[in-house]
Amino acid sequence: MTETTSPKTISLRKGPANLARRNKAERRFRLYGVIAITVAVAFLGALLLTIFSTGISAFQQIYIALNIEYSSGLIDPKGTKLRDDLSRADYQGLVKQSLRDAFPKARKRRAKRQLYKLISNGAGFDLREKVLADPSLIGQKKTVWLLASDDVDMMVKGKISLETSADNRRISDNQVLWIRALAADGRLEKRFNWRFFTSGDSREPEMAGILSAVMGSFFSLTVCLMLAFPLGVMTATYLEEFAPKNRWTDIIEININNLAAVPSIVFGLLGLAVFLNFFELPRSAPLVGGIVLALMTLPTIIISSRAALKAVPPSIREAALGVGASPVQTVAHHVVPLAMPGILTGTIIGMAQALGETAPLLMIGMVAFIVDVPQSFTDPATALPVQIFLWADSPERAFLEKTSAAIMVLLAFLIGMNLLAVILRKKFEKRW
Amino acid sequence: MTSITTAFNPAETDVTPALPTCMSAEGVSVFYSGNQALFDIGLNIPANRVTALIGPSGCGKSTFLRCLNRMNDVIEGCRVAGRITLDGENIYARGIDVVSLRARVGMVFQKPNPFPKSIYDNVAYGPRIHGMAKNREDLDRIVVKSLKRAGLFDEVKDRLQAPGTSLSGGQQQRLCIARAIAIEPEVILMDEPCSALDPIATAKVEELIDELKERYTIIMVTHSMQQAARVSQKTAFFHLGYLVEQGDTEQIFTNPGDERTEAYITGRIG
Ligand SMILES: Nc1ncnc2c1ncn2[C@@H]1O[C@H](COP(=O)(O)OP(=O)(O)OP(=O)(O)O)[C@@H](O)[C@H]1O
Ligand SMILES: [Mg+2]
Repeated sequence: MTETTSPKTISLRKGPANLARRNKAERRFRLYGVIAITVAVAFLGALLLTIFSTGISAFQQIYIALNIEYSSGLIDPKGTKLRDDLSRADYQGLVKQSLRDAFPKARKRRAKRQLYKLISNGAGFDLREKVLADPSLIGQKKTVWLLASDDVDMMVKGKISLETSADNRRISDNQVLWIRALAADGRLEKRFNWRFFTSGDSREPEMAGILSAVMGSFFSLTVCLMLAFPLGVMTATYLEEFAPKNRWTDIIEININNLAAVPSIVFGLLGLAVFLNFFELPRSAPLVGGIVLALMTLPTIIISSRAALKAVPPSIREAALGVGASPVQTVAHHVVPLAMPGILTGTIIGMAQALGETAPLLMIGMVAFIVDVPQSFTDPATALPVQIFLWADSPERAFLEKTSAAIMVLLAFLIGMNLLAVILRKKFEKRW
Repeated sequence: MTSITTAFNPAETDVTPALPTCMSAEGVSVFYSGNQALFDIGLNIPANRVTALIGPSGCGKSTFLRCLNRMNDVIEGCRVAGRITLDGENIYARGIDVVSLRARVGMVFQKPNPFPKSIYDNVAYGPRIHGMAKNREDLDRIVVKSLKRAGLFDEVKDRLQAPGTSLSGGQQQRLCIARAIAIEPEVILMDEPCSALDPIATAKVEELIDELKERYTIIMVTHSMQQAARVSQKTAFFHLGYLVEQGDTEQIFTNPGDERTEAYITGRIG
């Protein structure tokens, strides 16, 4: 504009006097935001990268092919072919025999012991399963792929440096030579590690799996959901839709909010004191774990459900009341269904929190070494995060990658659950 | 009466005493957590007529309307004193079932508020919860009849399963009217039913109201003098919580008895 307009008019090009300063402040503010996000993403990326690079190899396991002779002398000396007799035999002995046959030069006790260490102690179990499934194997000679020990596994995966002197590493020079010979013979193979998903914990890293922990988590979360969801939704609905607004409901509301901020270990102590010591429920059981997790999840579910109920416009309530619906009908037919996506989102997020929770479970003894996969709510069990905690504490090199792999599984579950929450919210979001 | 004497007592100057009274209010006062919003209202609602409640914003029209089907009950801290009768029965008496009352005194709100369900379910909801239909055909018949009476059927007959919220504002308001009449009330309360509508939709709703009064008693709040003059037979003028004047619509608009009424309808206050 020209100078003829009143002096107060702000030029659209030059702006007011402080325009430069304002623009600068705005740019600065945006820059701070970008920096903050970049730092956060970088940390997250670094974290995920370390976990993935350490953990990904755990999904493969080394197997060694040996010529096993199912000699009847070792398996079934009495020739009864009875299941009981067959299952008591020393199958690891078969493995040792075939190792001796493969490397006849190892004659000294020490050398033999090293030789036997190439194959996992679990290999014998696998052979037993094979024989029990098909007793006609007895007397035959077969090439069988057997699970290698964790040290072999680590070496082949390149996780044991061969530069260090033989005294300082878990694998001797002889063993290195044997492994190379097997590899040259095509008797060494990397296979997908099914065992990781189908077996429970084990002292031997190569045999350890997450199934018992996953089932423990599953049972705990089931109990948690069955308790926390109905209780939480009922509480939220009552407080939001029916309760009179007075000092008592205010106090309850404040306490619920406080409860959400209570450290989870306190809930664990509560569980220990009340459920284990007073009610004498079984120790280490997913039942108790689930109850404790439910206490922890309740505030989350209540708070998010109340927010979802509050978001339902009052006009819907008026509409329902206006056609003669009773208050309960109004809530049950209209308000709660409309709030359900929000309620479910909150519940899933609460469940995801519960899935990742460790501290309270430690307090109630869900930290035991569990080999058997729990079959019920009262069987001793651990949970996925507790399993991670246990493995992270183990000295064996091979547990390092198992730890990371278990973290990956846990993360996959968490991401899956959060994704479900997002999808639910997007899909059922109602506009009015 | 020993209560506070109001500035102007409307007295029993009902111009059409021959008409049977459907609802009546005597000495109704309403308090919102201590603040008095209505003072000693006395008003007779003639059956099968349209009664218009007019008055400046905040004078208590909606408050009074909501007293008539006890929608005020759900407002925290709201207290109603006095007596309101429906066919001679005090609706605030002990032992009155509010749900049955609201089934007999339906309500249409200022902002169209269909349920986020299908058009069909919107209308069918009331009959369903009141057990008015014995079977599916019965229910279908009620829905079609209500939609027809609300003048909406032809526009939506091909998409009864479409969501009610997908209709235009005027259609939504007529859907809400259909929803209200589906439960066969005696009285329909309407709080500014046309405030969100354009002139054509307004005309449609007004026409509808005119037809509906054959079967129902209608009480409507409106801010439009023209609308009150066009559709109502009786008018009540509220001011600052008092019922200043009531009477035949024609008489109120041509020959108001109170200067405040005159000031309001000629646009000097409001
Ligand atoms: N829920 C409430 N809580 C407290 N006070 C209220 C409430 N609703 C209405 N009031 C008060 O009661 C008085 C009458 O309100 P009301 O809604 O009845 O006015 P109205 O005549 O319908 O006005 P409008 O034409 O603007 O809709 C107002 O002073 C208002 O502030
Ligand atoms: Mg109003």
